[in-house]
Amino acid sequence: MITFDNVDKIYASGEMRVHALKGVTLHIEEREFVSIMGPSGSGKSTMMNVIGCLDKPSSGMYTLDGTVIGTATAKQLSEVRNQKIGFVFQNFNLLKRTSAIENVELPMLYAGKSKKQRRERAEYCLELVGLKDRMHHKPNELSGGQQQRVAIARALSNDPSIILADEPTGNLDSASSEEIMGIFKQLNNNGNTIVIVTHEPEIAVHTHRIIWFRDGKIESDRLNTGRVSV
Amino acid sequence: MNIGELLKLSFRSLQSNLLRSFLTMLGIMIGVATVIAMISIGQGTNNQVTSQIQSLGSNLITVTASSSGQSGAGGGSEGTLTLEDAEPISKISTVKYVAPVMQASTSFKNGANITSTSIIGTTPSYADIKSWETDIGRFFTEDEVTDKAKVVVLGASTAENLFGKAGFDAIGSIVKINNIPFRVIGVLKSKGSSGTTDLDDTAISPITTVQARFQAGGSKNSIRQILVEAKNPNTIQSTMALMEYTMRQSHKLGNGEDDFKVQSQEDVLSSAESVTKTLTLFLGGVAAISLLVGGIGIMNIMLVSVTERTREIGTRKAIGAKEGTILSQFLVESVTLAILGGIIGVLLGFGGSKLVGNMMSIKTAISMNSVLLAVGFSACIGIIFGVFPARKAAKLDPIEALRYE
Repeated sequence: MITFDNVDKIYASGEMRVHALKGVTLHIEEREFVSIMGPSGSGKSTMMNVIGCLDKPSSGMYTLDGTVIGTATAKQLSEVRNQKIGFVFQNFNLLKRTSAIENVELPMLYAGKSKKQRRERAEYCLELVGLKDRMHHKPNELSGGQQQRVAIARALSNDPSIILADEPTGNLDSASSEEIMGIFKQLNNNGNTIVIVTHEPEIAVHTHRIIWFRDGKIESDRLNTGRVSV
Repeated sequence: MNIGELLKLSFRSLQSNLLRSFLTMLGIMIGVATVIAMISIGQGTNNQVTSQIQSLGSNLITVTASSSGQSGAGGGSEGTLTLEDAEPISKISTVKYVAPVMQASTSFKNGANITSTSIIGTTPSYADIKSWETDIGRFFTEDEVTDKAKVVVLGASTAENLFGKAGFDAIGSIVKINNIPFRVIGVLKSKGSSGTTDLDDTAISPITTVQARFQAGGSKNSIRQILVEAKNPNTIQSTMALMEYTMRQSHKLGNGEDDFKVQSQEDVLSSAESVTKTLTLFLGGVAAISLLVGGIGIMNIMLVSVTERTREIGTRKAIGAKEGTILSQFLVESVTLAILGGIIGVLLGFGGSKLVGNMMSIKTAISMNSVLLAVGFSACIGIIFGVFPARKAAKLDPIEALRYE
């Protein structure tokens, strides 16, 4: 599903050169539930941008679901993000003044699906996260946990290869956090591949595999044996 | 995304900030409204002037005095054009009718009814040139001109003012014009009005009588103009040349010493048209500047909007919006703003021109062309000034945009 082969990422601004990823080699299988951890500056955000096809590797090869990302054009990257990746952000990033269901429909709108298809799929995704009864609410009429659930429904809408979540519980209280992690678990049980970038151990413990970054390199990559169940 | 969805999106975003959208449109609105109002008022005036000039008669040539820069001044002014000038012109073979004309402001009185109108002094040919026919009674004769007879033919409105609706008892009655008794011998058929001017508010008397009775001060002999009708439209140019020659002969003038002006109706028309053309051009310039300013306003607001919505743009790009999609989203927004402004401007312009038209009693002309031009031009403004902000939005780096606070 996700293959990193000796991937480097170097940011150059003026005289400064930041070597954010140094020879990362990694393989994530379909249906895995992975967390990427590390202190700030460890390269985990860069890792998330590269996995999410928001950025391209400087060298090395990144393959997502059989597609080599390094040579893709901006337009192709947009398509890959649209079709293969479902983003969940720390601050939800829902469109204001736009109802929950319309937010969920948006990726499908960009994919060019018909109105009927969009509506049906969006309702189904909202049902999965337990928000079907609130689908016509605007984001500001929903709690933080509910907003994040809408965001997850949006991430699911184009049936992506992976769901990529960046600190998905960073702005939530612990009860809502547990709720969100419960949804991720359920989705994983349904067969979705999920990658969560986080610095919170309480979140990482829910996942099956924890990859620890330090100084742009993978410091440790182990299965999580002490999983908690929700 | 199809255009319907883009439009829906842009309307929602414009709606979410109604006041700002309205203020942004204001520049375009005012620009377009001004253009539409001015063009329709200008065209109304133009139509009015044209129809007035055309109503003067066909194959018409006028001679006016033009010494010391005054052309066709009123009856009392120092003029070089005299009654005697009409005589040699009438001898030109291509001339059909000649009518010397002068005018004086007078007040008419019939018992308690008083009205003021300007009396026209002329010869019987005037009726032929102007195609005036009498409704009742008759026009005056050459003999009455020679005799300086105190007879008058009234326009329909003047007759009504003095004698009431029917006017039949007017014939043979005596009216006092500036307290001088005149016999009414005819009432003219109504010609209606041309623009603001009531053509029936008139009275016609022999020119000799008007000169003798109402010529105020100045040169006793001067007249306002000589109206000439050519026999044939093809001979107008040669007739004019002959008239100029004849006038120079009788005034004993050398070349370049002309104290008169000979103009065909077309000359008058084209000079009136050139005035309105210049005016239209000038208004076009004003309009272009105000639309330019409006366009800059749109660009300014769109740039602010792009900055404000950086995170939204980042989110859209992260979930798969292509650069082209973002570009068209913002472009549609700015074009929508501009076109809406244009349409409101057109409506305001029409309202304004109707209002001004009613106040000045001009029939304002509304041309579909000016509407299409204004709306089309607004759309262009929207595109031209929308491209830069839209490109800026489309080119945003999604990572930076998502991080933007």
